Amino acid sequence: MATHREPRIVVTGLGTTNPVGGNTSETWEAILAGQSGARTMPFDWVEKYELPVTFAAMVKQHPSEVLKKVETRRLDPSAQYAVIASREAWADAGAPEVEPERLAVAMGSGIGGVWTLLDAWNTLQEKGPRRVFPLTVPMLMPNGPSAAVSLELGARAGAHTPVSACSSGAEAMGYAAEMIRSGRADVVVAGGTEAAVHPLPIAGFAAMQALSKRNDDPAAASRPYDVDRDGFVLGEGAGVIVLESLEHAQARGAKIYAELAAVGMSSDAHHIAAPEPQGAGAARAMLESLERAGLKPSDVSHINVHATSTPVGDIAEYNALKLAFGDATDDVAVTATKSMTGHLLGAAGALETVLTVLAVHHRLVPATINLDHQDPEIPLDVVTGGPRKLPAGDIAALNNSFGFGGHNVALTICSV
Amino acid sequence: MAQSEQEILAGLAEIVNEETGLETDSVQPDKSFTEDLDIDSLSMMTIVVNAEEKFGVRIPDDEVKNLSTVKDAVSFIHSAQG
Repeated sequence: MATHREPRIVVTGLGTTNPVGGNTSETWEAILAGQSGARTMPFDWVEKYELPVTFAAMVKQHPSEVLKKVETRRLDPSAQYAVIASREAWADAGAPEVEPERLAVAMGSGIGGVWTLLDAWNTLQEKGPRRVFPLTVPMLMPNGPSAAVSLELGARAGAHTPVSACSSGAEAMGYAAEMIRSGRADVVVAGGTEAAVHPLPIAGFAAMQALSKRNDDPAAASRPYDVDRDGFVLGEGAGVIVLESLEHAQARGAKIYAELAAVGMSSDAHHIAAPEPQGAGAARAMLESLERAGLKPSDVSHINVHATSTPVGDIAEYNALKLAFGDATDDVAVTATKSMTGHLLGAAGALETVLTVLAVHHRLVPATINLDHQDPEIPLDVVTGGPRKLPAGDIAALNNSFGFGGHNVALTICSV
Repeated sequence: MAQSEQEILAGLAEIVNEETGLETDSVQPDKSFTEDLDIDSLSMMTIVVNAEEKFGVRIPDDEVKNLSTVKDAVSFIHSAQG
């Protein structure tokens, strides 16, 4: 496969709202300090429905703290998170002057407006059709967040919504980079958002035995690669980056965090929910990403793994890593930030890309928490105890995201 | 129980504020919902339904297009409460 890295695409803005922070700096500080965002859910519906899981990783900053009342009424929470993170990323990028027809949005979501959908269903049943809020449909549609951000920024080159479960956010970022490479846009605001801490998805994930049931100790529940892991912790929030070509960024004197060198994608065609156990599909996504970037596995010094803390998923990703990297995994500083943030589903890959970009930019890999007894079947060099420095010189990192349906996305992030 | 037009205006202003974020002071009798207050048809339907609940009246869909100013709405609600 030919290298596919020109023109070079760089990250010039970062934004997020998530369980450990309401913005990027607060998030990075919390992540470096090893803080968990998981806590007991304070909602009356937890008891009402006798949910088997009583905790989650809810956004640290309630959107009403930063949005106008009208915005919180007219946007589903998933769109609210996307708008908050996009505003931050756009301001961080210096609000670049770009023609509306050359500015695009790519904002993935795994589930869409589940709160809006089910609230409206309750309204219909209890009060009849006339009381259903007229903005119900635009609020529940999964492209609502993407459209809301395009309205906010006046982006007219396209507003796209990749949907691939838990790889949606990463796929959106890859799609955004390809938009710039193919000449469809000069600047793209890209990311993922999710707001599914709602009783129905919790009941559904619990029914498939995907969630941790460590109700008595939420902060210790998300424990990727630990022998006592028992499922993922549901999280919510958004992660957003601003992408543009290196030339475009340099011409306007922008601050550059890192290069999004390449994206690799594949599909397992194996099972609707379970990963292909040998990891062949995931390995192909990683290798494709590296090859497109003109790199080889031994060039990678850091991987932010997908590692959701499920017994089966973590092993499958390890198998994929071994398949793709062979012994080159020995020299990679691995971290699983879901140990702190929980699993943000369609926003997971987006938040983790923000964190990978920061790791490359600051040359500092955050530690994985709760890894008390590393699974002997996953002998990776996982960073624990505190952040680890990355070497000087050119460095490359990988961020993996996998989604129900067999979707695999690997983003290669390089220092600039 | 029937309310005065002044009470209805104040209540309607609160509904408009809730829906659009406009200051309650800006909701004056002579203002047009579309021209002056920039309220689109979707927001208007929400305001109508909330007004029905708040004032205990029924505002038929066919009637909504006749409510072009705040005064039109206040008068309609006032007479509907009769």
